[in-house]
Amino acid sequence: MDERAAVLDLLRENARYTTADLARMTGLDESVVEETIAALEADGVVAGYTAVVDPAKLDDEPVRAHVECNVTLDRETSYGDIAKRLAGFPEVASLRLMSGDYDFALDVEADSMGEVSRFVSEKVAPLPEITQTVTHYVMETYKESNHRFDAEEGDERISYSP
Amino acid sequence: MSETPLQPSDRVASVPESGIRRFFEVAAEMDDVVSLGVGEPDFATPYRAREAAIDSLQRGQTSYTANKGMVELRERIADHVTRYGLEYDPGEEIIVTAGASEAIDATFRALVNPGDSVAIAQPAYVSYEPGVRFAGGEPLPVETRAEDEFVLTRERLEAAGAQDAELLIYCYPNNPTGATMTEDELREVAAFCREHDIAVMADEIYAALTYEGDHTSIATLPGMRERTVVFNGFSKAYAMTGLRLGYALAPPHVIDSINRIHQYSMLSAPTTAQHAAIEALDNCGSDVEEMCTQYDRRRNFVLARLDEMGIDCFEATGAFYVFPESPWPDAGEFAETLLQEEQVAVVPGDAFGTGGEGHLRMSYASSMDDLRTAMDRIERFLE
Ligand SMILES: Cc1ncc(COP(=O)(O)O)c(C=O)c1O
Repeated sequence: MDERAAVLDLLRENARYTTADLARMTGLDESVVEETIAALEADGVVAGYTAVVDPAKLDDEPVRAHVECNVTLDRETSYGDIAKRLAGFPEVASLRLMSGDYDFALDVEADSMGEVSRFVSEKVAPLPEITQTVTHYVMETYKESNHRFDAEEGDERISYSP
Repeated sequence: MSETPLQPSDRVASVPESGIRRFFEVAAEMDDVVSLGVGEPDFATPYRAREAAIDSLQRGQTSYTANKGMVELRERIADHVTRYGLEYDPGEEIIVTAGASEAIDATFRALVNPGDSVAIAQPAYVSYEPGVRFAGGEPLPVETRAEDEFVLTRERLEAAGAQDAELLIYCYPNNPTGATMTEDELREVAAFCREHDIAVMADEIYAALTYEGDHTSIATLPGMRERTVVFNGFSKAYAMTGLRLGYALAPPHVIDSINRIHQYSMLSAPTTAQHAAIEALDNCGSDVEEMCTQYDRRRNFVLARLDEMGIDCFEATGAFYVFPESPWPDAGEFAETLLQEEQVAVVPGDAFGTGGEGHLRMSYASSMDDLRTAMDRIERFLE
């Protein structure tokens, strides 16, 4: 694995590894690790770092919905144009163009069901290119970004074995 | 106890209790122990293999298999070991056992006559010496040394008097040192065994966990196949310790002898585990690769931390162990005090025989979080 791939792989595993630990694990110099991270960020390969949060553990559990959108295009309007307008809303946590039965998939997050509904009906549905929206509320999250929220804790192994 | 006719045999009485037992008992009483004392993977068995085991149970595939194991499994094993240049006939030259442990024990009993001398490259996995004794043989420790990076050499074999041994057993990649042997180094051992007509038991259970270069099996060297039994299994590479599955590879008459014992003592290896193993060999190669990548990073991490603390450690290149010098001359005392004061479990090297004194076995088959915590605690302990 080259340095870039090795560092990226480790950051995707745990973005909070210190550069010193990244250096130890990869056998690279710490300065090389720092340069590699800087380059990954500058090139936009690493767009950011966030925590993986189990929403059920929050005092105020936010409401999440998966929203399917169908659109019609015309000569002046591309998928990219519509995506730009949708992505600008802070309620939209992720936005993807899909193959299959619908065009865009949005993950919408807000404080309450009412807020999500209002957002979809007042901000998304009225866009002239949007022909239909279907909103699915998330009921429970078991796994996100490779982290299991339902995993049983603890090491079952005996502490000394040959 | 003297009142009862139930008395241990002389053979059993001659084998001392495991050296790590007392540590285990102390650690069991403590919370918050971070253990580097564990000789098994921290990963669960690859998911597909677990699913295959469940599926086999649901289909009711819970009867005995052929003594030597399911034909489908032996065929896959034959295919799998070709990656090391090993060619074995699935019909006559492979036997599937309840862990490599059973294969090793049965092989001692199949090959050793009372009083036979069995050379054991040490430090070594703890079951060889008792296995030889239970079979009525005489263990002959062959000490490997830190200055040779714990590889077996002609010089060490001669110094121990191994030229008179009937049998030699070793394991590389090694538990507890993490040492591996190159093809050239093995050639020297092979030549010695041919010269003195010594049979070899090569425990290659950690073969898949080789981080620098490729694993070489001594059975691929000239004149060695006919005098070697190779052991491997699913415990380490596929994180299947609790499923208890291993195998031996050897010429037909040796497999016959091992099977003579196995068919009466075990009948057949666990059926559910055999189904899991078939799936493991068919579809879990990428899981093994991923685990290897993780172990390798942890190995680098632990070696770097030990080096920064000023603890001497040769660069272990296989299995999931490092074998640093103990910071105190008495490794047992160090391990015990470290456990008491910082709740970090490591194993003193003398538990693995001669040559292990003054060293510590640390397993890096633990999460990065645990390894970091353990290293931080050891550093604090040394201050
Ligand atoms: C060198 C060596 N050989 C054999 C074994 C036993 O393996 P199995 O689980 O296949 O019986 C172990 C387990 O720790 C080992 O370290």
